[in-house]
Amino acid sequence: MAARGLRLGRLLVIGVPMGWLLLFFLAPFLIDFKISLSEVRLAIPPYAPLLEWADGKLVALHLHLTNYRYLFTDSLYVSAYGYSLKVAAVSTVLCLLLGYPMALGIARAEPARRNLLLMLVILPFWTSFLLRVYAWMGLLRNNGLINNLLLWAGVIDTPIQMMQTDFAVYLGIVYSYLPFMILPLYTNLEKHDGTLLEAAADLGAKPLAAFLRVTLPLSVPGILAGALLVFIPVVGEYVIPTLLGRPDQLMIGRVLSDEFFANRDWPVASAVAMLMLLLLVAPIVAFQRLQNNASEAR
Amino acid sequence: MSHARRSVLVPSVMAFGFAFLYVPILAMIGYSFNNSRLVTVWDSANSPTLKWYSALWRNQQVLDAAWLSFRIALLNATGAAILGTLAGLVLARFGRFRGRTLFTALTTAPLVMPEVITGLSLLLLFVAMEQTIGWPAGRGVTTLTIAHITFSLSYVAVIVQSRLAGFDLSLEEAAMDLGARPVTVFLRITLPLIAPAIVSGWLLAFTLSWDDLVISQFVAGPGSSTLPMVIFSKVRLGVTPDINALATLMVLTVAVGVVIATVLLRRQERRRERDLRLAAGAD
Repeated sequence: MAARGLRLGRLLVIGVPMGWLLLFFLAPFLIDFKISLSEVRLAIPPYAPLLEWADGKLVALHLHLTNYRYLFTDSLYVSAYGYSLKVAAVSTVLCLLLGYPMALGIARAEPARRNLLLMLVILPFWTSFLLRVYAWMGLLRNNGLINNLLLWAGVIDTPIQMMQTDFAVYLGIVYSYLPFMILPLYTNLEKHDGTLLEAAADLGAKPLAAFLRVTLPLSVPGILAGALLVFIPVVGEYVIPTLLGRPDQLMIGRVLSDEFFANRDWPVASAVAMLMLLLLVAPIVAFQRLQNNASEAR
Repeated sequence: MSHARRSVLVPSVMAFGFAFLYVPILAMIGYSFNNSRLVTVWDSANSPTLKWYSALWRNQQVLDAAWLSFRIALLNATGAAILGTLAGLVLARFGRFRGRTLFTALTTAPLVMPEVITGLSLLLLFVAMEQTIGWPAGRGVTTLTIAHITFSLSYVAVIVQSRLAGFDLSLEEAAMDLGARPVTVFLRITLPLIAPAIVSGWLLAFTLSWDDLVISQFVAGPGSSTLPMVIFSKVRLGVTPDINALATLMVLTVAVGVVIATVLLRRQERRRERDLRLAAGAD
């Protein structure tokens, strides 16, 4: 009796969140996939049904791969996917270059200062993403703060075009995603045993050598977690390239959104999403492995 | 020590990094007090002024959107805190069970999934559901709340899970050995232990929902524009002083809230640790 109650309770605790995620996270991808095989149509909703029913019987199944073929033949999509992957890769490296020393510095600060520094990293994470990108618009515009300062200081005679450039996109992305790089790195670096470095120093290792041969290899899981937390969402980034980026080179998140909202072509938008998901499957699985290992190691 | 010599690089990168994180926000806050409509010209004769702040109070569109966002954020935070706590509990305490891999995958994937994919897929689901079972009828508060809970419950789960991982099972096992029922153990032992994590999770879920733009754009209906959606449609056209004022209010509210919450949680934590020490010493 008690055992059955226990089993039922366990089942409920697992089942409620699981049911929610199956319905609202997994099922949507299946529907997305289904619609990506459909044809656009002037109707509400604007796609043709895959299955044709007559008198309760299935009479036809319409599958269209045209949407996918379209993605590979139209250069707009190919270049948007390529550009998104490039931007995500470069931004990940930039976040790592800036984030690693910061995480290291925080991990090695005295405990009292460490909490303050950590809060300073987390605070931007709590404030609106959109507003933080917007804040850069005020700095980067032709008549923005940076250009005004440089003009005033006599460094330049004419404003530098910074908005709507690759530079602005990288700046905005590194700025917004930096905490995602620092936090997992910090969690990793903070656990390192300081005596290892002392041992290395006692054995005559220079600080750089000790860093390269002790700290860096130990921090690989942190680096990977941070890199994936930056890379995966940046591939689909929409807000930053829309506000700061080039009008002539779209990222794939913007293309998806335009297909959906401007062109009302739901099947093509779904295909764009499915292909993006396919590109991201490997990094997402890697991220989950990492999360699993981390939770099992504890 | 050997740290001392190379410590020039790390502190200078840190100083640069923190300046990089904070200068844009501080500049935006500064310009929100500027009298000039030209955002970048500082009108020193008539500034600082609060006129953009008072303009916000008369902007019905902004007020309506803020009210909508606030209601959704409250519903979302509560829903995500409940579901996320259950999920975190399962991840940290339930060991192996059939479907655990799928369960873990489903709770961690929303953390990294690009928002355009989540948003589009959820909208397609809502449309398909409405066609087949007639619910949810149209799009608005319901669809927005469901969408927000779906992505923010993962954050709560991760916070609760890592909090639970910090405690070993001994307290819970001791209570079980003394004959307490699982529900009692959860309510009397586990829940107080993870309460700070649930509070942080609730707060994070609230701000995630309050700030969300991309997913909301997909699942919102006509006439249900959230505050970030209103801001985005204005911001696409350029920098405006009233948005500077609104942004300042939002950023400062969150900053003050996070600082207060952190201090309170830390104080409570210290008290708990002291009690535990006293209890241990009393044996």
